[in-house]
Amino acid sequence: MKKLKIVVLAKQVPDTRNVGKDAMKADGTVNRGALPAIFNPEDMNALEQALQLKDKYPDTEITILTMGPGRAADIIREGLYRGVDNGILLTDRKFAGSDTLATSYALSLAIKKIEPNLIIAGRQAIDGDTAQVGPQVAEKLNIPQITYAESISYQNNNIIVKRRLDNGIETVQSPLPVLITVGSSATICRARNAKLLMKFKHACTQSELQEKSNDYIIQQRPYLKISEWGVDDVDADDKLLGLSGSPTKVKKIENVVFTAKESKIINDNEAEINELIIELIENHTIG
Amino acid sequence: MANFFNDNKDLHFHLHHPLMKEIIPLKEKYYRDYENYDYAPADFEDTIDSYEKVLEIIGEICAEIIAPNAESVDCEGANLENGRVTYAKGTQQNHEALTKAGVVGMAFPRKYGGLNFSMVPYVMAAELVSRADAGFANIWGLQDCGETLLEFGSEEIKDKYLPKFNEGNTAAMDLTEPDAGSDLQAVQLKAHYDENRKTWLLNGVKRFITNGDADISLVLARSEEGSKDGRGLSLFVYDKKNMAVTVRRIENKLGIKGSPTCELVFKDAPAELVGNRKLGLIKYVMSLMNGARLGVAAQSVGLAEAAYREAEKYASERKQFGQTINKFAAVYEMITRMKVKLQAIRSLLYETTRFVDMYKCLDFISNEEKLEQEQKQTQKKFNRLADIYTPLVKLISSEYANQIAYDSLQIHGGAGFMKDFPIERLYRDARITSIYEGTSQLQVVAAIRGVTTGLFLNRIRYYENLKVKPEHEYLRKILIEMTDDYQKTVEFVINTEDRELIDFHARRMVEMAGNIIMSYLLLLDAQRNDDYENSAEIFIDIVKAENIEKAHYIKIFDAKNLGKFKA
Repeated sequence: MKKLKIVVLAKQVPDTRNVGKDAMKADGTVNRGALPAIFNPEDMNALEQALQLKDKYPDTEITILTMGPGRAADIIREGLYRGVDNGILLTDRKFAGSDTLATSYALSLAIKKIEPNLIIAGRQAIDGDTAQVGPQVAEKLNIPQITYAESISYQNNNIIVKRRLDNGIETVQSPLPVLITVGSSATICRARNAKLLMKFKHACTQSELQEKSNDYIIQQRPYLKISEWGVDDVDADDKLLGLSGSPTKVKKIENVVFTAKESKIINDNEAEINELIIELIENHTIG
Repeated sequence: MANFFNDNKDLHFHLHHPLMKEIIPLKEKYYRDYENYDYAPADFEDTIDSYEKVLEIIGEICAEIIAPNAESVDCEGANLENGRVTYAKGTQQNHEALTKAGVVGMAFPRKYGGLNFSMVPYVMAAELVSRADAGFANIWGLQDCGETLLEFGSEEIKDKYLPKFNEGNTAAMDLTEPDAGSDLQAVQLKAHYDENRKTWLLNGVKRFITNGDADISLVLARSEEGSKDGRGLSLFVYDKKNMAVTVRRIENKLGIKGSPTCELVFKDAPAELVGNRKLGLIKYVMSLMNGARLGVAAQSVGLAEAAYREAEKYASERKQFGQTINKFAAVYEMITRMKVKLQAIRSLLYETTRFVDMYKCLDFISNEEKLEQEQKQTQKKFNRLADIYTPLVKLISSEYANQIAYDSLQIHGGAGFMKDFPIERLYRDARITSIYEGTSQLQVVAAIRGVTTGLFLNRIRYYENLKVKPEHEYLRKILIEMTDDYQKTVEFVINTEDRELIDFHARRMVEMAGNIIMSYLLLLDAQRNDDYENSAEIFIDIVKAENIEKAHYIKIFDAKNLGKFKA
């Protein structure tokens, strides 16, 4: 079988699952400072799928690709701690402000340079919840895409994916190359491996290296350098990046407060239904 | 994500104890592995950082996988079919997660696939796992068997067995038999050397064997035909692949249900001799037991932590008479007592662990190079301290764990008696800690030597001479008074030269010493961090009253009345 060369797309996101009082600024934008930056949960599921393929086919090569500011190098390290082979941080001021269209453009250029035959991403990120980036990347690369994946296997040069849909499970097959987005029903990602963690904990990008005091460790061990790619490294067109490349415009943001209403469970028997009807008539809801 | 290491400030505090600056360079032999292993640390800071980060991995697995599985594991238990044990589903998940994380065998040298961690982070890991599921902690903790192989096994045995731990093999120590429980000298399981097969063969029955169907088993057996006592026993290692041991039954227990307790039948089971013949019980099992006792102490502290947290949470949520119950003196007193007792046993646990670390590190160095005179003395000193602190911490932490679980259940009221809250399981799980690996009564037999030889007193006087903040002087004064009382009481008992009376008061005297030691440890903790000041004050008050009571009982007790206690 063909050797799998996987790119895992991952994003660093504010942890919107533990939102406190100061999570939103007065102007309605997310206060990123108040929320811890985490590895997007469904991207973790995607990473686990890639690692499982590597467990089965050890010659598989996994590259983790993330786009973001310098601190997103954490995402690469988290990947290395779990067994990916290398990581690339796509970072440049010119990427700032990108919407899904500009992001998928930048990612697709980086992927073209890496030349994988399988791309696995999380279904969506918990900050934007768009679920657009994966499919858009597939379109830009002009390759098939399989969404809502729950598990991925590889047989006879084909990728077989179980998709978790509202009405059941669908199993589909695709030749390589293909892009897959993984949902939250997939296996949760494994914990960091102690030896890999100790091996890669000093891994850093060139920009981070300048702020480190123990840089001798990194100098001695070249595998600890995390690649940073900028606009020029992927030959991107500036106009299609950042704000200028992003047609999405936020018109308005509102704070919505959910209020739970009182609920009552009625069993489907004659007596309870009668009781309900009487109650509804008495309080003039019906009749 | 929830994390049992990150949410516990005490553990971080103890990991940064000043003595770690001596332990780590010894353990890492001045960082000489750095050149040969890509995961070996470069210096002290790098080592501590690795300890923290790896404990963070374990803390995460404990909080996210092991603790959530604990209820179903307790309910499902292990299963026996055709002489083989299968773990509960949750147990399998737990073990797999830890194995994949590469942390099994964390205290072994790197050349055997280990992480070469010192005992302190290893014991912390045991505490974390126990807090998540005390039953599973046994399966995790039995990697201690590897320590014994490392210390006493031949190169061949070490090369064969040690790397298997990191790959996920489990272990068991097969000591107990139907007629050899506390008295292991009575072990009957027979070992004979078969000249044809060129191997030792084991025959007989073992009982109450935790994780008896393990991949690797250390077996205590009678190798010297006709011998009757402990000097006829040798230690063997048995590989499950031989399929010559079957599990006859697994016990139906009060607690730690996820940990299968097996009755084993050996039929011509081939095994390899560990170390020398006849030293099985008198040397190797003693070392194995010391490790296991420290393990039970860690298990007790982990359980106590879990029980304390359950009480604290419940009391802050449960409302009666218009307010949460933690506002009532009867309840908050209990909760605070639980907390300070927990901190006291934790301080004692890591003090003991550091002693073990110090002497073991020097032990390993002495295998490769001659120790300097000063190092030899240090080694001896810490070895002695570890020998008396280990039964002390096993005794006190297991008793406290039971008390804390009892009080925590009490705080839950009727709800605690139901299966609806975790405290019910914690209460049952805690009960075994003061029984196995030597009952509390046997820990006293081992720890009393610390009383009679004056070793405890020496150490207490050493603590006494350490500097404390001026505002803590009054606490030190109280402790000096308590020490004087303890000294007088011990002298009084020993001077009677009445062996039976000494035995009769042994536990009281050991506990008096333990109380003073834990008080000093908390006081010393308070020198490094103000958070411990309250705990030290409260704890010292409590144990001062306790010691007065014990001393008074000893004083008024008429030796002539001993006979009245006999049936």
